[in-house]
Amino acid sequence: MDLITWFGYVVELLPGLWKAVQLTVISLALGYPLALLFAVLIDSKIAPIRWIILVLVEVGRGLPLLVLLYLFYQGLPQLSVVLSALASAVWAFTWSAAAYATEIIRSSLRSVGSGQREAANAIGLEDRDQFRYVILPQAARIAIPPLLGLAIIMFQLTSLAYVIAYSEVMQSAYFLGTKTFNYFPVFLAAAAVYASVTIPASALVTGIERRLSRHV
Amino acid sequence: MDASTLWYIAQGVVWTVAITVLSFLIGALGGVGVAGARVSARRPIRIVARGVVDLIRSVPPLVWLFIVYFGLAELGLRFSPFQSAIITFAIIASVYLGEIYRGGLAALGAGQIEAAKSIGLSRPDLLVRIIAPQVVRTVSPSMATYGIGLLKDSALASTIGVVEMTFRANQVAQNTGQGLTAFAFVGVIYLLLSAPVGIWTRRFDARLREKYLVA
Repeated sequence: MDLITWFGYVVELLPGLWKAVQLTVISLALGYPLALLFAVLIDSKIAPIRWIILVLVEVGRGLPLLVLLYLFYQGLPQLSVVLSALASAVWAFTWSAAAYATEIIRSSLRSVGSGQREAANAIGLEDRDQFRYVILPQAARIAIPPLLGLAIIMFQLTSLAYVIAYSEVMQSAYFLGTKTFNYFPVFLAAAAVYASVTIPASALVTGIERRLSRHV
Repeated sequence: MDASTLWYIAQGVVWTVAITVLSFLIGALGGVGVAGARVSARRPIRIVARGVVDLIRSVPPLVWLFIVYFGLAELGLRFSPFQSAIITFAIIASVYLGEIYRGGLAALGAGQIEAAKSIGLSRPDLLVRIIAPQVVRTVSPSMATYGIGLLKDSALASTIGVVEMTFRANQVAQNTGQGLTAFAFVGVIYLLLSAPVGIWTRRFDARLREKYLVA
């Protein structure tokens, strides 16, 4: 096993990395806005809405993501709905990301002091403007670092899409492993591919966190 | 889906719980070592510990599981699927629980340790009587939350053939075509397993706060 062969493995996994990034970006682009909606609606005055959101969030956080993936990929066919691997993965990851992000956004919204709302009331801002110009910008500053952290976790979790034959890094690595029988170096190559994204990304998030908390 | 099929799936809970509890217990002990190394007085130990923690956390658990199960077998170290799952999750749990302990230590404050030293407590006494009781109190909710995460992670063991719940649901789904029933059923069991832990955490936390009269 020489370094050049090993590097060849890493290169063969790069198309899988691109697929993993695609899945992450699509799920976050759908999941985070959904989470903002959930975070607001979970305190809705209309009870059925509150319950539905609560169930969506608790199930999204309480089930293993693997089970969510299987529910869409192997479960829906029972209802004669057949989704592609990509569609199943997007549904499952969006649900999961939305559920976890809802909790982050909700606690950030709550952490904005009641004095802010009172002050906004006192200067006569409407509810909508209060949320838009007073609450949301302050909550965003608190929510951004954990949301970025969650994004890194979601990227790592794309490895699970391997079980439904979505051709991300692990799917490619497993295929390469069975082809070459060099499981150990191949999976180390997969580890290197993930780490090459997550380590710089984590450093970046730490930097952003420091910057955002500067004047808090 | 008939009752015997559901019963077959439900029996997988034994493996699910075994993986979760064993990995958690080993991780809870290993975490002490990780936390100790992270705050060691010797700089090289701190640097190495930090590197190992960052490395383990930067790679998805599924990759570590495959390295242990498929990769090490190739090097002649053969473990059963169950053993591989325990080894992988125990190492990962040690790292995460170690970081949780470290957070608890930081919250403890240097004054406690200085005071204990000044009254001449030995190192084991310092750890057992001063540090541990206070750190356990602050970190137990985070540990329980991590435990619930571990319960969900244990589903990964299905990918290497441990016959836990998710594995069995997958088998049933492929044999009967009733995947929705099978996976909804295991989903409910996961929720039922994690619910009491959540409730217990809140009670434990409340009781400890009462006992030690801290706000």
